[in-house]
Amino acid sequence: MTDLTDLTLAEARDALAKKKISALDLANAQIAQIERARALNAFVTETPDVARAMAIESDARIARGEAGPLEGMPLGIKDLYCTAGVQTTAGSHILEGFTPAYESTVSANLWRDGAVMLGKLNLDEFAMGSSNETSYFGPVISPWRRQGANAALVPGGSSGGSSAAVAAHLCFGATATDTGGSIRQPAAFTGTVGIKPTYGRCSRWGIVAFASSLDQAGPIARTVRDAAILLRSMAGHDPKDTTSVNVPVPDYEAAVGRSIKGMKIGIPKEYRLDGMSPEIEKLWDQGIAWMKEAGASIVEISLPHTRYALPAYYIVAPAEASSNLARYDGVRYGLRVPGKDIADMYESTRAAGFGKEVRRRIMIGTYVLSAGYYDAYYVRAQKIRTLIKRDFELAFADGVDAILTPATPSAAFGLGEKGSTDPVEMYLNDIFTVTVNMAGLPGIAVPAGTSSEGLPLGLQVIGRAFDEETLFAVAGAIEQAAPKVAPPPKWWAVGE
Amino acid sequence: MNTHAKPSKLIKGATGDFEVVIGMEIHAQVTSRSKLFSGASTVFGNEPNANVSLVDAAMPGMLPVINEECVAQAIRTGLGLEAQINLRSVFDRKNYFYPDLPQGYQISQYKSPIVGEGVVIVDVSPTEQIEVGIERLHLEQDAGKSLHDQSATESFVDLNRSGVALMEIVSKPDMRSSDEARAYVTKLRTILRYIGSCDGNMEQGSLRADVNVSVRRPGEPLGTRCEIKNVNSIRFIAQAIEVEARRQIGIIEDGGKIDQETRLFDPVRGETRSMRSKEEAHDYRYFPDPDLLPLEFDQDYVDALKAELPELPDAKKARFIKDYGLPAYDAGVLVADKETADYYEAAVKFGGASRDAKLVANWISGDVAAYANTQGLSVAQTHIRPGQIAGIVDLIADGTISGKIAKDVLAIIIAEDKDRVSGSLSAIEGSDTAAMSGSVSDPRAIVEARGMKQVTDTGAIAAAVDAIIAANPDKVAQAQAKPSMLGWFVGQVMKETGGKANPQAVNELLKSKLGI
Repeated sequence: MTDLTDLTLAEARDALAKKKISALDLANAQIAQIERARALNAFVTETPDVARAMAIESDARIARGEAGPLEGMPLGIKDLYCTAGVQTTAGSHILEGFTPAYESTVSANLWRDGAVMLGKLNLDEFAMGSSNETSYFGPVISPWRRQGANAALVPGGSSGGSSAAVAAHLCFGATATDTGGSIRQPAAFTGTVGIKPTYGRCSRWGIVAFASSLDQAGPIARTVRDAAILLRSMAGHDPKDTTSVNVPVPDYEAAVGRSIKGMKIGIPKEYRLDGMSPEIEKLWDQGIAWMKEAGASIVEISLPHTRYALPAYYIVAPAEASSNLARYDGVRYGLRVPGKDIADMYESTRAAGFGKEVRRRIMIGTYVLSAGYYDAYYVRAQKIRTLIKRDFELAFADGVDAILTPATPSAAFGLGEKGSTDPVEMYLNDIFTVTVNMAGLPGIAVPAGTSSEGLPLGLQVIGRAFDEETLFAVAGAIEQAAPKVAPPPKWWAVGE
Repeated sequence: MNTHAKPSKLIKGATGDFEVVIGMEIHAQVTSRSKLFSGASTVFGNEPNANVSLVDAAMPGMLPVINEECVAQAIRTGLGLEAQINLRSVFDRKNYFYPDLPQGYQISQYKSPIVGEGVVIVDVSPTEQIEVGIERLHLEQDAGKSLHDQSATESFVDLNRSGVALMEIVSKPDMRSSDEARAYVTKLRTILRYIGSCDGNMEQGSLRADVNVSVRRPGEPLGTRCEIKNVNSIRFIAQAIEVEARRQIGIIEDGGKIDQETRLFDPVRGETRSMRSKEEAHDYRYFPDPDLLPLEFDQDYVDALKAELPELPDAKKARFIKDYGLPAYDAGVLVADKETADYYEAAVKFGGASRDAKLVANWISGDVAAYANTQGLSVAQTHIRPGQIAGIVDLIADGTISGKIAKDVLAIIIAEDKDRVSGSLSAIEGSDTAAMSGSVSDPRAIVEARGMKQVTDTGAIAAAVDAIIAANPDKVAQAQAKPSMLGWFVGQVMKETGGKANPQAVNELLKSKLGI
């Protein structure tokens, strides 16, 4: 038998159902993998004891015939999700040692369905970053390397711990969050599947807020099917989150493998950027060809306000963040650096507690909301947001079922390679993904090929609000058509 | 609106008259079991930090959920202020750092409040009524409390109030004297209490006022205003306005300019002090709270709340005037407190009999209110039951006792029942039993038992009159020269008869016997 950790979540689930393996077997196999893979720095906190205890309970439920849909599935939780009794840091020094007394709704949904927690996954500090280099707990190293090279690559961000852990088979799936691309970009960088569902599909309750109007929870998984299985458990209306929407959660797994014949797939011309990497262009054309082969029709569409999305995003998101992060003041929990008076304590605490990128975004956000600038920045950015949303609405009103774009403008880059002199260089990673957050729509990143250097590349499918099923169908078709890529060699594994 | 003050309201400066212009922002704590955006209790006086939910403490990942009862209370209040109810309003974040503000922002309503323009009719005196415009009413969170007196080196924070719902009621600058301001706050509090949307308890901080004061010479445009923050009693509001207006007039008369600033009123020193200038004012960086959807409801919802509103003070006053023939001012005094108004109606209607409604009003607003005042109670809180007042009025009406004796009867009731009657005495509505339960003294029984019945027997009175005239020939001569001396004779007769003689009969007899 192959290593249990090389099974997909769906396979492991089925094996468990047939009682070929136990939940404890799965948990132990994953714990062993995690221990060997510390060089990746994917976890901030490992919880092997919690995992074993939960697995034993899962086995008991299976024995009683009370198994849930995710019974015994060992998962990693992005350390932005509050977990009762387990340290939750948001990748920040300011929350180091903070242990919530409550469980986020989405993680609670997973435990309700029988999932097992392996630990808390590393991330960019407060989910602000595209490379996982802003984490106070150190960067996550991608399991992928360029062919013939040993240079450390980034796993993408902000859900870099999630993407790396899933790609390195340290867990069967992981929770992630996406504010401007933080699920889809790391998934694309690591050859995994990541879906950002419609805004309001998953509860934000208990997830540390970055930009409330954009944040959305979603899974990163090894396959489209695994992502569908996970999202079904994660999603659902939550009265504790007023922005969560009370609509039924369909059986997403049933949509995987569904034919896309007759579907109309939109190709937005504005996404064909000047100076676009030929590799990415080729990947996109390949995706278009697969769509046609699967019986879908291709239409060029226009999303004319696309080029304003990134600048507008970098006004709206920091504005909300500057306010959301005000609560980290050293008064009630987390880090406190004493000061001679209250203002001094605030300043010292926040200067020591927040990293450079977080401080930068707080400053940007404070600036764009300040008197005299609010109308010029925040209000205009909101207007752009409305226009972007309308672009998509018009395209869907024209009968487009889904929109196909590249997920990222490039393959994964090296650690320390981008953004050190110009943060915008890093921000450009989100160029294809932020529009989706601005419009509140669902988007999925699915592996579609490899770069000339052997690194994974992903395509993005964007859908109508609350029509994640179509995304799973289209992504499933891409997954079917794309050449199978072997997982990265386990160069990181010690003791094997 | 009240654009120009009457000359009598102007303040005299050294160089001429000044008019004071006042607007107010009242923070009224919404009566609700739980907070505006969390399920934590709002009970006053609990141990510090006993009423704190995860949301109130702004734990990471916590989200606000609107408390519908607070929304209903704001709508009810808006209806009571005859104001426009906005079917769509928006919650904004007001950002600033303070230890008693856990989120680092207050959730408030900035650009789109739940209630728009309205009006309050205010009785300033028996002869003067003004209208004070309402600019808006919005919902917002209260902050917690910083405690600086618990330790020499540290401050403590109590979050019990953190997140409690407040209504900020903003008036237009329609008041022209401290009396008008006082009357406005009093009336607003009456309306809130009638509706039940705020208990109006200023000692507990349920009602606080920020007072905007400016002065100008009559006819000039509005002057620069100063805002006096957080004044917590009606008396202090009036005092703060007086001293602030004087301060501003002094500066202007000395050739200076008023700086727009926030000030604090110090009641001990009787002065206002600068808190922060306009330049130091916070930039609150308001923006719509992305955690909350716009607050939307339909007209049917508003109409349903409206249908359930109790009779409000202005309507009750109009009814008292119409149904009981009360002068407007008397009616206004009675309806100022809902329980007093109910008490009054219970007394008027007691036993199903009809009685002199004006006389009942006089007794309640006079002797009963005076007694209540000495006890620090409201009329309804005293042990004097409406049925007892009805009994006294009936005894006067049927000539059994005089008004003077009636006061003695009331004094007996006060003394006798004080220790016997205990427990809740607010049961003044409903049955007559509640209005005069078996445990309280019956005025008629008191009069019978103590022989306090008025003497109307002319023979007995005549005997007393004759005796006094006979004993005081000098006074008789004086009275015949100066008829106003009659009063002395009346007093003597009343003394002689133990106050029980019918005063009218005494008067008539004396006049005829003295020949005046």
